[in-house]
Amino acid sequence: MTATRLKKGSRAGARKKRRLYFLLTSLLVLGLAVALVLNALKSSIRLFYDPTEVVEKGISPGQDFRIGGLVKTGSFKSREVGDIEVNTFKVTDGNKSVAVIYKGLLPDLFREGQGVVAEGAMNKNGVFVATQVLAKHDENYMPKDVVDSLKKRGEWKKYIASKDKDKGKAL
Amino acid sequence: MIAELGHFSLVLALGLAIIQAILPMIGAARQDDRMMMLGRPAAYGQFLFCLLAFLALTYSYIISDFSVTVVAENSNSLKPLLYKISGVWGNHEGSILLWVLLLALYSALVAFFGRKLPKSLHARVLSVQALVGVGFYLFMLLTSNPFNRLINIPIEGNGMNPLLQDPGLAFHPPFLYLGYVGLSVAFSFAIAALIEGRVDPAWARWVRPWTLLAWVFLSIGIVVGSIWAYYELGWGGWWGWDPVENASFMPWLVATALVHSAIVVEKRNTLKSWTVLLAIIAFSFSLLGTFIVRSGILTSVHAFAVDPRRGMFILLFLGLVIGGSFLLFAIRSDKLRTGGLFAPISRESGLVINNLFLSVAAAVVLYGTMHPLLSDALFGIKSSVGAPFFNLVFSWLMIPLVMIMGLGVHLRWKRADIKGILQRLRVIIGLSFLAILMTLYATRGGDIMSSVWLGISVWLLLSMLQELGHRIKLFQVPFRNSMSRLRRQPRSVWGMSLGHIGFAIALIGIVFSASWNLEVQKVLKIGQSLNIGAYTVTLKNVIPVAGPNYSAIRGIVDVTSKNGEHYTAYPESRTYITSATTTTEGDIKTSLSGDLFIVIGQNEGQDMWGMRIYYKPMQIWLWIGALIMVLGGFMSLTDRRYRVGSPENRKTRNGKAGSGKTGNAKTANKASQRSKTRKEAHVH
Repeated sequence: MTATRLKKGSRAGARKKRRLYFLLTSLLVLGLAVALVLNALKSSIRLFYDPTEVVEKGISPGQDFRIGGLVKTGSFKSREVGDIEVNTFKVTDGNKSVAVIYKGLLPDLFREGQGVVAEGAMNKNGVFVATQVLAKHDENYMPKDVVDSLKKRGEWKKYIASKDKDKGKAL
Repeated sequence: MIAELGHFSLVLALGLAIIQAILPMIGAARQDDRMMMLGRPAAYGQFLFCLLAFLALTYSYIISDFSVTVVAENSNSLKPLLYKISGVWGNHEGSILLWVLLLALYSALVAFFGRKLPKSLHARVLSVQALVGVGFYLFMLLTSNPFNRLINIPIEGNGMNPLLQDPGLAFHPPFLYLGYVGLSVAFSFAIAALIEGRVDPAWARWVRPWTLLAWVFLSIGIVVGSIWAYYELGWGGWWGWDPVENASFMPWLVATALVHSAIVVEKRNTLKSWTVLLAIIAFSFSLLGTFIVRSGILTSVHAFAVDPRRGMFILLFLGLVIGGSFLLFAIRSDKLRTGGLFAPISRESGLVINNLFLSVAAAVVLYGTMHPLLSDALFGIKSSVGAPFFNLVFSWLMIPLVMIMGLGVHLRWKRADIKGILQRLRVIIGLSFLAILMTLYATRGGDIMSSVWLGISVWLLLSMLQELGHRIKLFQVPFRNSMSRLRRQPRSVWGMSLGHIGFAIALIGIVFSASWNLEVQKVLKIGQSLNIGAYTVTLKNVIPVAGPNYSAIRGIVDVTSKNGEHYTAYPESRTYITSATTTTEGDIKTSLSGDLFIVIGQNEGQDMWGMRIYYKPMQIWLWIGALIMVLGGFMSLTDRRYRVGSPENRKTRNGKAGSGKTGNAKTANKASQRSKTRKEAHVH
């Protein structure tokens, strides 16, 4: 009787010990992960601003962020410098607009009047130098952030109306 | 008429699901056999009616019945038949119908194959399964009915995103869903076990194959999806950490953990509450994934705005299922007694650590996916967390996991001799370090992370091969004996080996293609050429081409390589007529050493075309590795011990113990004896 009880006791002790080990390793792994996440967030998170915010906040040159809005109609120009394609266009939210320069090939669905999101930073002359123009693969697709921005600036209804007009033309 | 029949069938299926959810559960509580028995026919009937509804919708698509709203919105009479059918699940309503159809299918399968389960457990599993179904039927009928009719019937449908018109993508969602929904079985078993207050090795032997099946399908779904992204989207990548991709990756990570922890429950009768929790989490991620993708709260515009009821329903449903099961877990999990003890260095511990890393990884993906949503909702800060974030975290977080993976397979249950193992693996450890140093040398020290990753992948591959070699006594006994030993290995060993070897090969493919890929973007005039790696690419001509439902421009590109290879590539850029959407059809020349990926962009003036060219070294090994992994999963599924009937089971157990090492045979025998008595205890 006592022997079994003793054995039971030691089993329980071992179990407690095991639970402690388990807890410690999980805390360790979790801590590691949290540290990694925070560190990665610091270096790779991109804030999103619409043109009005960019103008009003006066974001300092060199700080990476994302800009989004509509490609202003009539603003898009593309030229070759050597064999690199240099694109310039304006991103607008109906209120303010920001000039963007992008060296490289634009995604297929890049059009004037369409939504666009670009990643990069401002240069000293107040031009947004894009390192990436995000490719989206559906003509009706609008990045959520852009939609919110357009709604905030009261441009959304106009955009939808113009879309519907296009559709009417197509039919 | 057909659509109304479908609608009616759906309502009938809901009725049967309600019966299946309530009566067997009450029956199990009262030990009333007749009520418990109801679960099975109800499950069959529910599946039948759900199938009818699904067929009715498919029929409406095939005959292009544009009076049905979803057909008018998502189909088009000009579409090839295959895409008319795949169009059924290419939208919100249809995909939910497919989801619930598969749920009913799994219910029916559990009803059929689970006949030998203890009655009350079987009844409860079926009941939980149906309960989830009820939620989905209600969601569909109340907010997203696929059989709604239009009053003004259009002459032609709206068509479907041409990007989705791809055979790979046609069958990507069904596989993914088979995976998502397959996890519901593990979930139902977990909830049933919590209600019963008992988890034992027999339970795990039931749960594991279902989880494995789900895992296999989920893996196939993810791989097919990423192959599609690679071949169809033309951006040269195969994984973008998109919320949609993450939604499938999270349940995969947890399912992988669950497949491993269920082994511990089965073999060692411990880690029970953890396994139950994982089963709950895995399915919660499935639900979350389905709704994240389908509601589109993370990516697209209208989703919630169109129908706020949908959003409310989803939140309520998720809250009930996930919150409810966690609550049940909190109340009941202390009933699950832990069994076998193990030392800090043992196979059990190895698997615990594997589980920890996988779940933490899933948590990281969840956090990264939700961060933009949360920071916007809480602080009004709009931000994006993209590939750089996940790549950075994963490249660090996965190092210890893969290292321990290579070690874990050598560890014994209960207590392992780490010194002996390291001794045995010293050559492999040396080789892996050599791989790191050589890579550092080859890249002139420029790329420490990639070198480390290559070393670790090599370590895992060699370690797995060594383990297999050790099992079959390669080079210790005559070669022929080794081969016959190899043939006699149980399927589960094959599965384990192939699964891990496949993973290692896929890792090597990933490391190469992600670290040493080349990319050139240039505007080429016809006749001009450019160099990328060992290749010279010349744009010969660009011609217009007309397809069945698109018009395209096709580049004629001459490729020569330094080792004498010579071919002509035909990259295309297609514009679809109905939707005015452009897609890129890159020309991809695949070989075992790498892919040359040529994309033609827009016209940049007289005879000038934008070209994007990628070289992806070892890309194909990612797919090959993934294929081997999936094959391993299938092998493991066919292991004898999962085939129904326990006498067979016992024989393999003893056989295994006999062929094992003498030192371990005793403990193995003892363990099998113990589990045998336990099993008999259940029978009585």
